[in-house]
Amino acid sequence: MKHAMKPAAFLAALLLAGPALAQTKAAPSWGPGADDAAFTRMLAASFKDKGIARIDRLTQDETQAFCSDPEAAASPNAAETRQRIEAANMATVKWPSDGKWLGDWKEGEKIAQSGRGNTWTDKPGEPNGGNCYNCHQISPAEISYGTIGPSLLQYGALRGGDEETMKAAWAKIYNAKSLNACSNMPRAGHMGILAETQIKHLMALLFDPASPVNVKTGPVK
Amino acid sequence: MVDRVSVGVAAFLAVSAVAATAYAQQKDAAQEGIEAYREALQDGNPAELYEATGEELWKTPAGPKKASLEQCDLGLGPGVVKGAYARLPRHFQDTDRVQDLESRLLTCMEALQGKDPKPYVEAAFTAPPKEEMIALAAYVSGQSKGDPIAVTPKHPKEQAMYDLGKRMFYYQGGPYDFSCATCHGQEGTRIRLQDLPYIPGTKGAAAGWGSWPAYRVSAGQMWSMQWRLNDCFRQQRFPEPVYTSDATIALSMFMAANASGETMKTPGIKR
Repeated sequence: MKHAMKPAAFLAALLLAGPALAQTKAAPSWGPGADDAAFTRMLAASFKDKGIARIDRLTQDETQAFCSDPEAAASPNAAETRQRIEAANMATVKWPSDGKWLGDWKEGEKIAQSGRGNTWTDKPGEPNGGNCYNCHQISPAEISYGTIGPSLLQYGALRGGDEETMKAAWAKIYNAKSLNACSNMPRAGHMGILAETQIKHLMALLFDPASPVNVKTGPVK
Repeated sequence: MVDRVSVGVAAFLAVSAVAATAYAQQKDAAQEGIEAYREALQDGNPAELYEATGEELWKTPAGPKKASLEQCDLGLGPGVVKGAYARLPRHFQDTDRVQDLESRLLTCMEALQGKDPKPYVEAAFTAPPKEEMIALAAYVSGQSKGDPIAVTPKHPKEQAMYDLGKRMFYYQGGPYDFSCATCHGQEGTRIRLQDLPYIPGTKGAAAGWGSWPAYRVSAGQMWSMQWRLNDCFRQQRFPEPVYTSDATIALSMFMAANASGETMKTPGIKR
């Protein structure tokens, strides 16, 4: 069977990511059949551009390369690297340009509900969703929520709204890897998934006292 | 083929609309509804219609060589379909490749029938060439229903394929940093209300690997494992995997070997 050959440039790009890949080489979780050469060959021959999803998405940055061997990334030996990666991700965080943390929680709810954007069936130029409910419980009225991330019920009510708390939540949404190098959560701001205004709306969903997230609920049914 | 199936399926879709309403109302009720629905469908999975179509395709002479696929070797010798799917992927001497069912079917279609695999590889999953592949996959997988999954990498290329599949499973990329493991690397989690199988474990791997190809009630479509993987990568925000490419076969090997010893429940039925 003939698979379309990929441009040599792509292969070169993957190999350039080599130094990052090599960091986990000491004790990879997989066997020798998946050494860097064999794995890179497989990737280059197995994927093709489709719509907005181009093969350059397979080229990893340092964070992705490090976290692609979760066993090695979680080992005590890697503590220093984890901290360095968190610091590098923290340095990417752009704080609100006008100093205001909160937008409109109603808009935030819509963004949290939407999972659209960035797949090969999505068109470029339309705003992306936040995918939040895929992994988090947020407003109590929405019972179709995922459990990969923690529940965010009562988020602001439990934490208050001082500067430090706001900053941490903003950093988490903007670049989740700034606080946990291999968090499962996407880096919504850093990767250009959500714009600043959208992040403000999500912040309002979490912190606005009028947001359903913070409304006092009765005993759990 | 599509007409036959859509007639047979209309009734099931009506039931699924009811199930979908329950789903939105309360998660426990939804879960119960789905379970009850699955049970009710045990003797009437619409996948059976695809199996019948696939069997006809298997036995009907076609292609430039006007030959059927009845002499196709799926790993247990020419013409042996019973139990073959439960032992795939595996290494094949004649191609010197590790192949899953769909790539092996392409090999047979080329060798026995003289068909060019290219249009089958390139067609959309909803286009006629892929409908043939999916019907064939439904038929062959049905002939392993109830069999224990028996995939243990022994040949060096099988072992390498398993290693590559494991590394692929954890490989992060794209704008969301997703890997397969983001959703399938922890036990007991879900996306929205959808339970996620934990693929590194035996039970989770079997829940995934052992139930595809499957009829998807919500979509009214029969999906092969290649289609399932393709849509995983779409949601992962990856570029598109080439049909039957090594990355998809490597992941299949990872799942199948992890699931080994569990029961094949193909073709399955999904929400």
